[in-house]
This record gives sequence, structure tokens and C-alpha cells, in this order.
Amino acid sequence: MSMAQQAEPAVGRPPASGPKPTDGRTARRPPALRLLARPEVGVFLGAVAVLVFFLITAPPVRDGSSMANILYQSSTIGIMALPVALLMIGGEFDLSSGVAVISSALTASMLSYQLTVNVWTGVVVALIVSLAIGAFNGWMVMKTGLPSFLVTLGTFLILQGANLAVTKLVTGNVATDDISDMDGFDQARKIFASSFDVGGVQVKITVLWWLVFAALATWVLLRTKYGNWIFAVGGDKDSARAVGVPVRFTKITLFMLVGFGAWFVGMHNLFSFNTVQSGEGVGQELIYIAAAVIGGCLLTGGYGSAIGPVFGAFMFGMVQQGIVYAGWNPDWFKAFLGVMLLGAVLINLWVQRTATRR
Amino acid sequence: MTDNTTGTHGAVLQDSAPAPDGPLVELRGAGKSYGNIRALHGVDLKVHAGRVTCVLGDNGAGKSTLIKIISGLHQHTEGEFLVDAQPVRFTTPREALDRGIATVYQDLATVPLMPVWRNFFLGSELTKGPWPLRRLDIARMKETADQELRHMGIVLDDLEQPIGTLSGGQRQCVAIARAVHFGARVLILDEPTAALGVKQSGVVLKYIAAARDRGLGVIFITHNPHHAYMVGDHFSVLRLGTLELSAERSGIGLEELTNHMAGGAELAALKHELAQVRGVDVEELPEEGDLSAPVATSPEGTP
Repeated sequence: MSMAQQAEPAVGRPPASGPKPTDGRTARRPPALRLLARPEVGVFLGAVAVLVFFLITAPPVRDGSSMANILYQSSTIGIMALPVALLMIGGEFDLSSGVAVISSALTASMLSYQLTVNVWTGVVVALIVSLAIGAFNGWMVMKTGLPSFLVTLGTFLILQGANLAVTKLVTGNVATDDISDMDGFDQARKIFASSFDVGGVQVKITVLWWLVFAALATWVLLRTKYGNWIFAVGGDKDSARAVGVPVRFTKITLFMLVGFGAWFVGMHNLFSFNTVQSGEGVGQELIYIAAAVIGGCLLTGGYGSAIGPVFGAFMFGMVQQGIVYAGWNPDWFKAFLGVMLLGAVLINLWVQRTATRR
Repeated sequence: MTDNTTGTHGAVLQDSAPAPDGPLVELRGAGKSYGNIRALHGVDLKVHAGRVTCVLGDNGAGKSTLIKIISGLHQHTEGEFLVDAQPVRFTTPREALDRGIATVYQDLATVPLMPVWRNFFLGSELTKGPWPLRRLDIARMKETADQELRHMGIVLDDLEQPIGTLSGGQRQCVAIARAVHFGARVLILDEPTAALGVKQSGVVLKYIAAARDRGLGVIFITHNPHHAYMVGDHFSVLRLGTLELSAERSGIGLEELTNHMAGGAELAALKHELAQVRGVDVEELPEEGDLSAPVATSPEGTP
């Protein structure tokens, strides 16, 4: 106890920064290994494997128009999988995303038809409604601190019920009326549901939108302040708040982004089929979540990419259509899906352990 | 919320900040109640530039509540909290940061899966370009982070590695370097040595001294009187939510500090009890008379 008085601190002056010394304890890992640790590489290899598999087993897949069809199928999943993935990186779930797509389409369709206004009015109102649903989800989760699983399960049930009930109330039917002869329909169809020609093959415009959104999401995630915040609020919400990240703003806007995605896909459905079945959309939310997880997003948040879910959605589209082209029973699709999901989760687990190994 | 270009960005501190007359941060009779529980009551504390104020106390003494008030996570419910002699009431940690009060939390406020440089600038990211294309200035952030870390004597090979892969001491030092870089005038360290080994604790203590020598006011929360005495200029001991002791370094020795920390008077009473038990050596334990430093009588103290 008498070592007390000589305990003056030894103040180390910062070492002169000359030629940079290295720590030397972290051996540089081979580039191949570092590449493998990226969240999207596993799913990329998976997507290639699935593609090669079906190219061999199902000859019709080799045709250009089938490939366009597969890409189209993938894009309708992929456009939603993107915001769902960002939300998941941000540490939250949205189970209502599947039925929210239908809610948005129903809103636009019924509003335009019942009030006999230009369809663009319906489109804009649907956007507002979709963003409001997202904002409500986010606000509830942040305000109550309840798990987003519970809150959005509630929203899911509310929307599912409301979709059916309101549609029956307004139209007396489970589907909305055909709006294809209304003002502005052709214009809106051009944006949401047209096709363009690539070397003699008709490609749906959603494929283009899908890639544009994916590029945008990647840029935001990796190159902007907001993207940094997404990783932070998903990785450690309390730490993020303590260093000044606006956690509530970030999470609520992420939920609203899912709303935006639901609106976009909803509009596509409406303008490509002219009418909306009010009971659809149930179960789709799990497909989106699965695509995000297969795409390397960590279910618990804080890790993932925007490009991974693109490959994840492509795998889904590929399997879904590939089974048909191969002439197999399409019932197998869900079984394939399950196997893919489990495989992806195992890879994620391994990556997370590797990344945080002391 | 969207405009985060606060004035503290890149404000590199001069090696010797001009010493102001008054304290940077002062608490006058401050307290905090959670419902009907008084976690903290009547605490006076002054933090001067270039000095280390140690706050000691056992578990549940109110140390965490104290720093949460100063760092803006919670608000005080009684007394006064002054920054630069102005009464303040922070509602978010951001406000405290903008006034130059930075906190290095026990859990370090780092996001384990994010790279070191992203963690370094988290919440205060550097950007470039006009709005729709405003993006992170990654090259500058990496370079600055590397420089600041080297300046504190931390050498990392790869700033891209997730911060979760660093050791506890290294992460602590990154957190301190971050606070110093962002123009902190007051640095609050919440038990920085609690989970560390002997050697790593030494490293952290060295950085505390380095931060002090750069002119920062440091609040060093700990329950280790030995660590506190190594670097401290002023010692405040909390017990059951009130100030039990407040003494300058010149007015108190390590042994006395340890005694206060260990419960002081309680320990003396315990000595008498233990003396009844055969086989317990109580010679080394202090008598009540040994506690000569001014003991603030705590109203809630159970004797």
C-alpha cells in the first residue's frame, strides 16, 4: 500500500510519425479469402450455380425470351427485396411488405375508378398511403420499443383484412374494376409495366428499374452518410445514438423506403394486369425477406449489401421459372426455396464468426 | 437532423489549450430521480481544463447516472448543470457533443461489425460534393483516422477490419482518439479499465494522461482507486447516490482513498465484527480515526 506517492503517470509523447510503422500482427489475408468474406460473393456463386444447373437440365432456358422472362420474375421480387434488405441491415423487419403491395395497388385502382379521375391521382395518393403505412410501422417500432416482428405482424393482419373488406365494400367483388380505359393509363403503363426491345427480345421495364434501384441502393449504402447510419443502427442502436446518429429518423425512413418499394411493385401489378385481386400478396413478404437473407444480409442487422439481394432475387426467379422450363412439378419451388435459405443462413453464420473472430 | 455539419468537425486541438479561469463543466447540487428512486442527490463536481477529475464509487453508487447527465443521455431533476458557467440541459448526446463534451462509454459506443474508420467517424462523417451527390469522403476519413490513431500511438495495419476484431484496450484507445479528434474539451471515460488486463490498463492510463496534457478536462469514472490515483488531480467518491468525499490530490493519499472507496466507515465497523471471528486478520484494516479527509455526511447513508 505504500507504493502510493511515486505513482506519477508516465506520459508517453506521441511517437514521431515518420515512415509508417506497421503493427505486423495482422497478416494480410490472400485476396481470394478476403473476397469470399464479402456478403454478396456467396450468393453470387449460388446464383451462378443455379443458372448453370438449369442451363444444363432445362434446354428452353437457353433461349433469350425465357431469360427475359426469368429476369422479369426476378425483378418483381428484387425491387421489393432491396428496401427489405436495407431495413434488415438497419436491424428491423417488415412482415407487412407483401400485403402492402396490394394495398397500394387497390388504393390507386379504386380511387381512380370510383372518383373517375386521371389514374395519376390514384398513383400519387397510393404513394402517400404506402409511405404513411411505412412511417406508421417505423414510428410504432421506435415509440414502443416493441420488436418490429410484432408491430408489422399487426400491420400485416390489419392490411390483409382491410384489403379484402374495403374492396368488397367498394366494388362488391374481391377484385377491382378494370381501369385500362381511363385517362392516363397508357402513360402510367409506360413507366410501370411496359417492355423494351433488346436484340429482338422483349424485356420488361421492371428489369431496368430493378437494376437502377439496386445501383442506387448500393451507392447510398456504401458511399453516403445515410448508408453509414443504416449499418450503425442495425449493428448497435445504442452505440449509434450515443455518437450522435439520428436512430429514430434512420429507422423510420427505412420503413418508408419499404413503403416506396411496395408502391412501385403495386403500381406495376396494377398497370400490367389492369385489375387487382384483393386477397393476393400474403406470403410474399417472406419471399422478400428470404431473398435478402440469401443475399447475405444478417437477420440481426448491421451487415449485408444491396447487390446481394439482387442475386438472391435472381436465384428465386431462376428456380421458379427454371422448374417450369424443365418440365417438373412447380410444387417443388417452395422446397428448393427452403434449401437455398438454409444454405444461405449457414454461410452467413460462418461469415459473421469469421468477421468477428478475435 | 439532416444537417450534421457541426462546428466541431476536424477541430484539431492545440497541444496546450488556453486555460480558462472557471471550470469547463460544473455540477451544483445536481441530482436525478427515476420515479420515486433517487439515483443521485446533491452532487457537486468541477471539471477544469488540463486536469483529471476521478469519480469513484462502488456498483450502484450513481456513477453511471452522473455521466449520463453530463453526456446528455438523461436530464438532471434537481440542482444545476453548468457548461462554461452557463446553465444547460441537454436532451440528446448530440447537444453535449456540440458543446465539446465527449463520452467514451463502458461498452465503447462502437459498432463491432463496422470497419475501424467508419466507427471512427460514425455520426460525424466527412462528406464532399453538392447535395444530391453528397457522398462520404472516404480517402480523407481513412487518412485522418490513421493519423489520429498513430498520434495516440495506436498502429493498425488495416483500417478496413471490423472494430470487433480489435482487443478491448485497442478499442478503448480508438474511442479516446475519436473523442479527442472531434474537438472534445471534456472527455468522460466510463470505467475504461474495468474489463482490461494489467498491461492494457496501463496503455489506457497513458492515453488519459496524454489527453490531459493536450488540455482536455477529463472525468475518469472507475472503481479502482489505484488507477485513479495514477492520473487523478481531484477525487470524488460517490456512495449511495451522494458525494461521500471530494478531495484534491494534495489532500489525500492512496491508502485513504482506497479506504473511502471500500466503504470507509463501513469497513471500520466491519473490522470490529470480523475481529470477533477467529482466524480473520484485521491488523491491516483501518480504524475509523484513520479517515481524516473531509467526509461528507450522506443523509441517506445507512450506518
